[in-house]
Amino acid sequence: MAVEDYLRMEKLPHIWCPGCGHGIVMGAITRAIEKNGWDKNKVVVVSGIGCSSRAPGYMDFDTLHTLHGRAIPFAAGVKMANPELHVIVITGDGDGAAIGGNHLIHACRRNVGLNIVLLNNSIYGMTSGQYSPLTPEGALATTSPYGNIDPAFDLCNLAMGSGANFVARGTAYHIHKLIDYISQGFENPGFSFIEAISQCPTNFGRRNKQRTGLEMMKWQRDNSVDFKKAQTMSAEELKGKFITGIFCDREDKEYTEKYRQLVEQFQEGSN
Amino acid sequence: MTEKILMKGNEAIAEAGIRVGCRYFFGYPITPQNELPAYMSRRLPEVQGTFLQAESEVAAINMVYGAAGAGGRVMTSSSSPGISLKQEGISYLAGSELPCVIVNITRGGPGLGGIQPAQSDYFQATRGGGHGDYYTPVLAPQSVQEAVDLTMDAFDIADKYRNPVLVLGDGMIGQMMEPVEFKKEITPDQLPEKKWATNGAAGRKPNIINSLRLQPEKLEELNLKLQEKYMAMKKAEVRYETDNIEDAEYILVAFGTTARIVKSAADMAREVGMKVGIIRPITLFPFPEDVIAKASEKARFILTVEMSLGQMVEDVRLSAKGRCPVYFQGRTGGVVPKPGEILDNLKRLAGGGK
Ligand code: SF4
Repeated sequence: MAVEDYLRMEKLPHIWCPGCGHGIVMGAITRAIEKNGWDKNKVVVVSGIGCSSRAPGYMDFDTLHTLHGRAIPFAAGVKMANPELHVIVITGDGDGAAIGGNHLIHACRRNVGLNIVLLNNSIYGMTSGQYSPLTPEGALATTSPYGNIDPAFDLCNLAMGSGANFVARGTAYHIHKLIDYISQGFENPGFSFIEAISQCPTNFGRRNKQRTGLEMMKWQRDNSVDFKKAQTMSAEELKGKFITGIFCDREDKEYTEKYRQLVEQFQEGSN
Repeated sequence: MTEKILMKGNEAIAEAGIRVGCRYFFGYPITPQNELPAYMSRRLPEVQGTFLQAESEVAAINMVYGAAGAGGRVMTSSSSPGISLKQEGISYLAGSELPCVIVNITRGGPGLGGIQPAQSDYFQATRGGGHGDYYTPVLAPQSVQEAVDLTMDAFDIADKYRNPVLVLGDGMIGQMMEPVEFKKEITPDQLPEKKWATNGAAGRKPNIINSLRLQPEKLEELNLKLQEKYMAMKKAEVRYETDNIEDAEYILVAFGTTARIVKSAADMAREVGMKVGIIRPITLFPFPEDVIAKASEKARFILTVEMSLGQMVEDVRLSAKGRCPVYFQGRTGGVVPKPGEILDNLKRLAGGGK
């Protein structure tokens, strides 16, 4: 059982608010690990700061809690030092796309074999609701009292364009699909990026006419469009919707593997 | 014109900036200062100002550099880990002689630490903080009203010396609500023109703002010029408050929130017949050396109390120059010292205990 085997039961109950989607996504990650049959002792989970980054506190693996926005460089250090490990990064839209955005694109570009799950709740939850680079235009936040005027990133397109091997987007609502995306992404040896749409009723929903977690999950259900179906729809039809599914699953050579080959040259040369 | 209103420290600091013509604010979320940017996001559009939440503290401080270079009164705020990120920018601001106000609502460290009040950024604040040979004036309020007054003055000091100025509060100052009045109302058009600003070179030679000096002699020249400013600050900007030091045998030194706690301890000590006085540095740089030096001539000892494990105490010792013992007492990590603890320590030290 993924839950009992992979969680620090003594740390529960968690601190997430009632209705928060983050626990659902954390559950999906543990189930994907179980599905992949990974040796628990070969898994390292890294996080930065934010509500999403609380997850590794509850996960019973070796976990590194780092600083805001820097989880990916830390994880790259772990992977470079020991490529045998399965390295998972749990991050959020503020942590991973704002302050950590530069690190994200460069890790994609290098195609380091990291497994990123970015919990997108469209807001800075922990600091009480400031707009993030994934807050929709027009949304209210503590720092956008007149409606947000910043356009949001499409992180899946960004990750794909930056060179990530595997890119997918799922939701807390479509839990089985999410587990499947995470599991497939984790199996890809290159850089895998999975955006999980999660809900923050406390600091996003409450201010934006979606008062409960349930309402927000219904919104996820009603506004997601499958990747394949989206290809047949016009920009007009896709307005206000978001695309879910696997965006790419490439087999470009992973970075630590390339580096191993580089080092091997010298070993052969010195013989 | 002035009426008292009840305000949270963080919001009052923001309003104080607006009242002296600050029209630009660049920030990033971090507890316990979130009310400050939120307030600015609400208020600045009303006064034709600009609020932007940057993608990181590093971006925010560089936006500050830009707006300061363009001649505006500009502010940013953060808390300890975020202030660490801003240090590179602050060094460049000092090197390029750009005025701005930076607010640090300090929390406990090192690393991520916690979110409770602390004073453990004293070293970072008073020693420049980033790389290179520079200082920033540091103003340390002990109440919401003083935070308002000092924030207003911070903009004047910044413009006067063309240097960044730090307002050093802590979680307590930021979160507490107190009645405040705003004694000034200045709009940007009432401020003197900044002839050095890079705001379009119409009708004059283009201005250059930078901190690069590749020739050693030129860089030394810049540094000597900066030093002259710091010397001038030491002459003109030192601020402190004393309480009952005339007849005092024992002197307590504390700043910010801790000074309020120390005041309760001193009152309790006076009640049991101990002659205790207080020196409260208001500017931490420049540091009120002279008043401490003078007090050290006749005090039996000085006790420095801080919410850290001993940082300002080094400046107190440098000022006292060994003329009397200088002891330290502190709590850290967000733990606030209690007046009773300080009183007990005073009694113990006065009784000859070490
Ligand atoms: S603030 Fe939002 S994201 Fe954070 S725990 Fe609460 S509901 Fe979840």
